Amino acid sequence: MADETLPTEIAEPAPLTALEQLVADVIAAVPAGVIASGRVVRGAEAEIFAARDALPALMTMLRDDPRFAFNQCVDLCGVDWPGRAERFEVVYNLLSLQLNHRLRVVITTDAATPVPSVVSIWASATWYEREAWDMYGIVFEGQPDLRRILTDYGFEGHPLRKDFPLTGFVEVRYDPERQAVVYEPVKLQQDFRNFDFLSPWEGMTTLPGDEKVHLNRITRE
Amino acid sequence: MSTSTPETAAASETRTVEYDSHTINFGPQHPAAHGVLRLILELKGEVVERADPHIGLLHRGTEKLIEHKTYLQALPYFDRLDYVAPMAQEHAFAIATERLLGVEAPLRAQYIRVMFAEISRILNHILNITTYALDVGATTPSLWGFEQREILLEVYEAASGSHYHANYVRPGGVAKDLPPGLLEKISLWADQFPKFVDDIERLLTGNRIFKQRTVDIGIMTAEQAMEWGFSGPCIRASGAAWDLRRSQPYDIYDQLDFEVPVGSHGDCYERYLVRVAEMRESHKMIRQCIAQMPGGPVKLADNKITPPKRGEMKRSMEALIHHFKLYTEGYHVPEGSTYSVVEAPKGEFGVYLVADGTNKPYRCHIRAPGFAHLQAMEVLSKGHMLADAVSVIGSLDIVFGEIDR
Repeated sequence: MADETLPTEIAEPAPLTALEQLVADVIAAVPAGVIASGRVVRGAEAEIFAARDALPALMTMLRDDPRFAFNQCVDLCGVDWPGRAERFEVVYNLLSLQLNHRLRVVITTDAATPVPSVVSIWASATWYEREAWDMYGIVFEGQPDLRRILTDYGFEGHPLRKDFPLTGFVEVRYDPERQAVVYEPVKLQQDFRNFDFLSPWEGMTTLPGDEKVHLNRITRE
Repeated sequence: MSTSTPETAAASETRTVEYDSHTINFGPQHPAAHGVLRLILELKGEVVERADPHIGLLHRGTEKLIEHKTYLQALPYFDRLDYVAPMAQEHAFAIATERLLGVEAPLRAQYIRVMFAEISRILNHILNITTYALDVGATTPSLWGFEQREILLEVYEAASGSHYHANYVRPGGVAKDLPPGLLEKISLWADQFPKFVDDIERLLTGNRIFKQRTVDIGIMTAEQAMEWGFSGPCIRASGAAWDLRRSQPYDIYDQLDFEVPVGSHGDCYERYLVRVAEMRESHKMIRQCIAQMPGGPVKLADNKITPPKRGEMKRSMEALIHHFKLYTEGYHVPEGSTYSVVEAPKGEFGVYLVADGTNKPYRCHIRAPGFAHLQAMEVLSKGHMLADAVSVIGSLDIVFGEIDR
């Protein structure tokens, strides 16, 4: 006997937006496991999280498949999350001029594991990969020209890592006596001030005479 | 080399070849390098064999600094990127922050922003075209161009208080409303500007020397341009009809009527022609913005994001607290990431912004158009003469503030 409270028809899923369709198509076009997850951020930006090893195949497919036609790799950068098992994210922002859509591909790596280079897919990746190496120490396998790009000649360390101090380690000045540019350890005249804004006034909830103001907050907790 | 070979055989195999190849260091202090470009050029005679740009001499660690500043404090760094057209960069960061906050600027603010973005474009193109002409031997355009730039920089100053470091386009709108009479002043400027463009064109477009130095130099096909991540006037000169203002409009660009000039040949001369045509289009857009400029607020009413009025602060305790909190702690941006772009005068200027829910950006990567363009330097100048490398640099519109960051 059918329960009348049950819906008799299968509810129609909400129609996918163009971007959601794009993410679904990309996921369907590659073998399972290549793309860990995909989503549309704030209804405006498509983002997929991919496996590192399958990157060249995935990127070649994204460029050559006429449904995607991502003929430009407009941006490539690293992001450092020191707390994670694989601390670095490498973010590729792709653009298709014909189809007028963008896609963000995110992979993860750590300081020791090389990432397959995409330079054979998009020539423009060279400098971006050099920059990610320079700033984060991310190694790109297959990149023929992995020199530092933005930092000084002979620079040590990777400055955009979160454990690299803002002030750096060396400072440079011209020494008129030796008539040469000299490198010295950084000496700060004043300690670098970093204010902690994450413990604002909410800390003090029981100020005498102020109970009414904080009543809501106290009862909620 | 095998050492077992008999000496006589080795002598017959060894030949002395005279190879006229030498490496020169172009820059970093060279007027035609448009800043601190150090270019290692390997020449065979006077022909460029290899060009290896060494960049980073103006690296200031902008991205690292932004990670240590609140969103409001991070904004002025964007003036210092492409310092030829400051407000276009501010616009990109403001849009990125607004996207993460989930807010939208009021209509009047959007019109003001777009108007200044187009003024920035004209500022940029005037400087590029005239200094480019200077590189290839024409002095007069730069003398005329800087006069026009000065008028527009005064407009910048009237609105923001500063010629270059405007800090005017803020997340949630603009810093303050336009002063009275400024729109009339811009109109007066706009009345005489087409004549200036005509004059520049009369000096350069048909000029025999200018054409000899630029036509067929540094040719980029549309396919190459895409592969090398070109954008803006450089990719349009190669024949790709691509303009973010048209294809992915932001703010009120979809309300404006403008043409996208597209070239076909992709040489230095066409990159110049596209920029000249763009100045005329920008002029049209500025006119439209002035005509359509609505009234109303120029920033969000939400005092958690935009500061309260000065007068209000004198009377309202709440406004005072908001003001204090905004300029010390700033606002907390919800977790998320965005890649937001604007069509800056040089091409696609993007900001990849990662927020972690605190009051400071977790990561802010700046995608500068010049970075991608300069990378193609070797492809563009290979096989050309040394003097043509100068033409190529000029036509790419290189500014080291944004490339080195």
